[in-house]
Amino acid sequence: MAEEVKLFRTWSSGYALRIVWALKLKGIEYETIFEDLTNKSPSLLQYNPIHGKVPVLVHDGKPVCESLVILEYVDETWKHNPLLPQDPYEKSMARFWANFGDDKLMKSIWQLFIAREKDQDVAAVEALENLKLVEEQLKGKKFFHGETVGYLDLAFGWFADFVSILEEIMSLKLVDGERFPHLSSWIQHFIDAPVIRDCWPPRDKMIIKFQVMRENYLAAATPK
Amino acid sequence: MDGEVILLDAYASMFGMRLRIALAEKGVKYEYREENLPKKSPFLFQMNPIHKKVPVLIHNGKPICESLIALQYIDEVWHDKNPLLPSDPYKRAQARLWADFVDQKVHILGRKIWSAKGEEQEAAKKEFIEALKVLEGELGEKPYFGGEEFGYVDVALIPFYSWFHAYETCGNFKIGTQCPKFVAWAKRCMQRESVSKSLADPEKVYDFVLILKKHFGVE
Repeated sequence: MAEEVKLFRTWSSGYALRIVWALKLKGIEYETIFEDLTNKSPSLLQYNPIHGKVPVLVHDGKPVCESLVILEYVDETWKHNPLLPQDPYEKSMARFWANFGDDKLMKSIWQLFIAREKDQDVAAVEALENLKLVEEQLKGKKFFHGETVGYLDLAFGWFADFVSILEEIMSLKLVDGERFPHLSSWIQHFIDAPVIRDCWPPRDKMIIKFQVMRENYLAAATPK
Repeated sequence: MDGEVILLDAYASMFGMRLRIALAEKGVKYEYREENLPKKSPFLFQMNPIHKKVPVLIHNGKPICESLIALQYIDEVWHDKNPLLPSDPYKRAQARLWADFVDQKVHILGRKIWSAKGEEQEAAKKEFIEALKVLEGELGEKPYFGGEEFGYVDVALIPFYSWFHAYETCGNFKIGTQCPKFVAWAKRCMQRESVSKSLADPEKVYDFVLILKKHFGVE
């Protein structure tokens, strides 16, 4: 019986990209439903009633939410081309760093991105500290798990794209090759990796989207 | 066989209780080391340099931080006895989502109940009860969140029951009367030796909360 796999997502979400990559790396056929988050479809609200967020993977009518949970679901359901390490300790480390990426790194990068000019130096301190920790993880490795793309690369994938967008909009260099040689190298390898490179959202659209977002945040933060 | 297992923990930590329960369910022999929170030892900083928090599970010298990650690790290493996560990928995904809900809602709102005042505290109390009702809905008529067997979500959630007395006292409200199904489930879990031996005494939890309030300057 043919399986039915649907992915509810937005065109720009880095969380959704994780799932797109995972499904493509495993050669899984799926249907994409693009959502407008200002006008959510009844289907989305039916599948994710608690949060109404994307991405949502619906496999044979059963919804799975939260991108890192979906990644593990995909890996456990379609076992070929495994994304997570087999060893329980290595798996735990992968989960730990994925959480770090979402909880600490993403937040600190975002705080830097929306910081007013006078607050940028302070915001940069935490972002750079977090980047140093990720840099350590990549020493001696092409990708996070070794020679091939895996779970952690997909989890950090948003970062590979967003860094250059942030650098262009803010006219600053965040991940320079001297201070972060391994991270810079990982970004280059990941952006151009097979399958990965075919899925990036259009850069010009991303620049506009994030530029507008940043301007809105800065305007809201400015005292009247 | 089991190797060397150390649990770096704090008596009142609901996250530490999760691991105590899991290790007991699996019959794993381990060394328990108590951190004297809010003071943190050099050993804790060494084992968890990034978050500097308990619990830390140390297996054959290798530290695993974050209680839900360590819980899955325990389940995977000692998979033969009392499995906590189901084997079906869809059911596993649901279990992970609900455990995450416990962290995002029950924990964070609970913390606000003892640390906030006035309107913020009132809002937290209301949302806390709502979160418990959502969990009651998910439980339905099942004995445990996973179904017939005590499992991952039950382990993730039951430690918070030992904090109810502290929440009720700090928030001046009653939880049990508003969430009777939840209490019935909690009492069922408490009948398991792994749970009753692992959960902190509610009075001692309240004493700990008073220490925290002083430490953080909350009246």
